[in-house]
Amino acid sequence: MPIQYYLFLSMALFCIGIMGTLMRRNAIIIFMCIEMMLNAVNLLLVAFSKMYGDSSAQIFVFFNMVVAAAEVAVGLAIIVMMYRKVHSVDINILNRLKH
Amino acid sequence: MSIYEVLFWFLTVVALSCALGVILSRNPVNSVLFLILTFFAISGHYILMNAQFLAIVNIIVYAGAIMVLFLFVIMLMNLNADTEPQKNRLVQLAGVISGGVLFLVVLAALKSSSRGELEQTSTDIGLIKNLGKTLFTQFVLPFEISSVLFLSAMIGAIVIGKKEEASTNN
Repeated sequence: MPIQYYLFLSMALFCIGIMGTLMRRNAIIIFMCIEMMLNAVNLLLVAFSKMYGDSSAQIFVFFNMVVAAAEVAVGLAIIVMMYRKVHSVDINILNRLKH
Repeated sequence: MSIYEVLFWFLTVVALSCALGVILSRNPVNSVLFLILTFFAISGHYILMNAQFLAIVNIIVYAGAIMVLFLFVIMLMNLNADTEPQKNRLVQLAGVISGGVLFLVVLAALKSSSRGELEQTSTDIGLIKNLGKTLFTQFVLPFEISSVLFLSAMIGAIVIGKKEEASTNN
């Protein structure tokens, strides 16, 4: 199995995540697309780890998961707080930093 | 076509179609369920690449904990397809085109890159014994720092999500 297949699979997942981030207006779905992009990178790291026979890349995947979990906890808390204030998760309404 | 390739293509098709389902489905709950399926497919890829520990952690942490958190928040807010904010078609099209163009550019750039082969012999670098050895010898300082990061994230989430009355009273 050439490494190119995994390269293209993880690139495709990453680009689908980017498309979702740009397309959708729901803040929670944008968050889920960011998770998808992180997972695409994880997949590529594991493929390289297998190719070179080195376990350091798998440790990086582990740290990636830790940071993603912390990010989700804080981000969802921010979204819940925003929802309590404006009763919406539409990011068109959540552009107050501009004013 | 060996069993390895059959499994690879099956998991690839499942992962990509479920990822498309995440961004195309109108209902946010359906999006979460599609994302869980995507994570299961990625875990299958990890098992194919002899990274058993990461496959299990992926299922437990992502498909288990994080996605349940997402599902809880969505159900708490009572979001469904009717409350889905609508968006300008032109901006949507621009998002799809820019994502697709990025994919094509990287595809073209990496097509002629140096190619390596993933050997299909089973290795034991993905087992928990070897990963633990690497983690606690080479990467012990990042490990401890990440625990501090995680603690501060938890405290931050609690502080942010606290009720407003506490701050308005004093």
